[in-house]
Amino acid sequence: MVNLSDLFARNGTLCRPWPRVSVNEAEWTGLCTELAAGRLTLSALFGDRIQGDLGAVHMALLEEATGRLALASLPCPTGAFPSVARHHPPAARLERTIRDLFGLTPVGAPDLRPWLDHARWGVRAPLGAATPDAGAGEAYPVLPVEGEGLHQIPVGPVHAGIIEPGHFRFSAYGETVVRLEERLGYVHKGMESLMAGRAPEEAARIAGRHSGDATVAYALAFCRAVEAARGVAVPERAHALRGLMAELERLANHLGDIGAICNDAAFAIMLAHCGVLRERVLRASARAFGHRLMMDRVVPGGVAQDITAEAIAGMKALVAEVRRAFPALVRLYDETASLQDRTVSTGFTKPDYVRQFGAGGFVGRASGRGFDARRALPYPPYDRLPFEVPVRSDGDVNARVWVRIREVEESLGLIIRLLDTLPKGDITVPVPAGGGEGVALVESFRGDVFAFVALESDGRVRRAHLRDPSWFQWPLLETAIEGNIVADFPLCNKSFNCSYSGVDL
Amino acid sequence: MRKLLLQGLLKAPLTEKGPDDAAVEALARELDAAARARLGRSLSIREVDAGSCNGCELEIHALGNAFYDLDRFGIRFVASPRHADVLLVTGPVAKNMAEALKRTYDATPGPKWVVAAGDCAINGGVFAGSYAVTDGAAAIIPVDLKIPGCPPTPVDLLTGLLALLKAGKG
Ligand code: SF4
Repeated sequence: MVNLSDLFARNGTLCRPWPRVSVNEAEWTGLCTELAAGRLTLSALFGDRIQGDLGAVHMALLEEATGRLALASLPCPTGAFPSVARHHPPAARLERTIRDLFGLTPVGAPDLRPWLDHARWGVRAPLGAATPDAGAGEAYPVLPVEGEGLHQIPVGPVHAGIIEPGHFRFSAYGETVVRLEERLGYVHKGMESLMAGRAPEEAARIAGRHSGDATVAYALAFCRAVEAARGVAVPERAHALRGLMAELERLANHLGDIGAICNDAAFAIMLAHCGVLRERVLRASARAFGHRLMMDRVVPGGVAQDITAEAIAGMKALVAEVRRAFPALVRLYDETASLQDRTVSTGFTKPDYVRQFGAGGFVGRASGRGFDARRALPYPPYDRLPFEVPVRSDGDVNARVWVRIREVEESLGLIIRLLDTLPKGDITVPVPAGGGEGVALVESFRGDVFAFVALESDGRVRRAHLRDPSWFQWPLLETAIEGNIVADFPLCNKSFNCSYSGVDL
Repeated sequence: MRKLLLQGLLKAPLTEKGPDDAAVEALARELDAAARARLGRSLSIREVDAGSCNGCELEIHALGNAFYDLDRFGIRFVASPRHADVLLVTGPVAKNMAEALKRTYDATPGPKWVVAAGDCAINGGVFAGSYAVTDGAAAIIPVDLKIPGCPPTPVDLLTGLLALLKAGKG
């Protein structure tokens, strides 16, 4: 039997700050059993091509109780690996993705349908053998649903609102949803192939565009992995400014989404007021860092732009304004019976599933899983800052809204704290070119973003993989809608607010 | 709730005077004339995310907030391409979205305009050259107007949409 301590005890590759260890098939399967037993949490599972054409799979494992993380790697000389999903269902879409991108087959997998590959790229296994293909598209077999009186409602990929594309297949009995099946992959851009071979500074721009709403967190995860690989210590001031940007991003998204969730329950006044606050956050961010979403402001070695005294004053005024206006909105949310009628008990997500899938962010924390990377695997500046991680156990739309309300308040506190304790000094250090491997886990507004970066000896990116928190949230949305009426889907969906682009890669 | 509503009545509106300067005010006035002539005072937009990182969508959403209040220009977002005059396309057009984009275009009745919003939709942006994208909307459907930016700000978007009407294309 292998466990995480065994991985730590071995001499792995020079992966920092957590080890990466090669395992054999028996050990790989042993680790799957640990996942299935709930002793470890699957944090990432992705393909690779090492030493020329040799395929490999990497699995990142998290031990929540101790806050330890390790990677196990299995070379696949025959182009196959023992399926993880066979033991541990949360791995299913990740394995299908490995098969689509690298052509490596998960042996014994319960589901071998393609996931990201819609047969449109003109190439199969683009990161593996890259064999040419007609690119003519092919039909996707949705799972069969049988029963008297059931009907199907296909929705998407182009939706009615201004949202990302994806296909939802509802099987309904009257108004009640019996099953939802998601089909994603529509916004696959080949981001991992684009990052490979680039200098870290360029790859960071692509990393930061995995999911635009979490651009700061993504860029931070990527840069932290690069800095770990190169053993670079970032200046304290840069850490603080990164934290500041990350909290502004959290604040902007939470404010926008709280309003949007209420709007999906036809309560437009919340959207109007929250939208004003969100806009104020974006404007303050633009004043301080030169970009409303703060894209490309976190760079390898530090941050791209320092904050001026004037922008600091603007930021403090912003916090004061949100603190003045937000409580009335929270009261309005809490005291409007017609709104509560829609959000309470709707879209219940089982705590068991959340634990099994290791679902992070407000989806996890609203269903009893208190994991927050800022707390569980602390990184600067959070290792020196006090903050609460709100957790609830009621697991419905309302609980997810409340977790986000509490997180708004925490972020406001963190922003003030960071501004008041801003260290002096440089905002960037050079990252000397060279090889190495690094890993990072960063808390975005949506949950933890995992990053793995391997650098060539000349400093270019050999392989970069960023795992969106939504990989472990999307499947739970399928369970949350079960037994709810079709008309409540937008509400449930918005309360999850999973990223499409982040998981479509 | 009552207090919030009351405050809303008493306070000055947040809505700003359109994008930046007098030139755009003039644009907006011209929009009125141009739109009346061609479109009966309104413009209906169907947004299509064809592989965006979702950053562009965030700023398009922001057009609806109280500061920009897109509605006052008679421009609104509609749920179906059948109701649309304009397709606002974002993203480098992922090949997996190419057919959906084409079909949405075909479902839009003429006269119609296509606006490529954001660097991605214009030329693929940072995703250009990937095996999975077409390097911009023009590879799939004819593009009438480009609004650059990554993402374009709400002011950029507003200015572009108003300019589209000023040009009176169609
Ligand atoms: S232009 Fe920029 S913000 Fe818009 S979709 Fe492309 S990468 Fe994202």
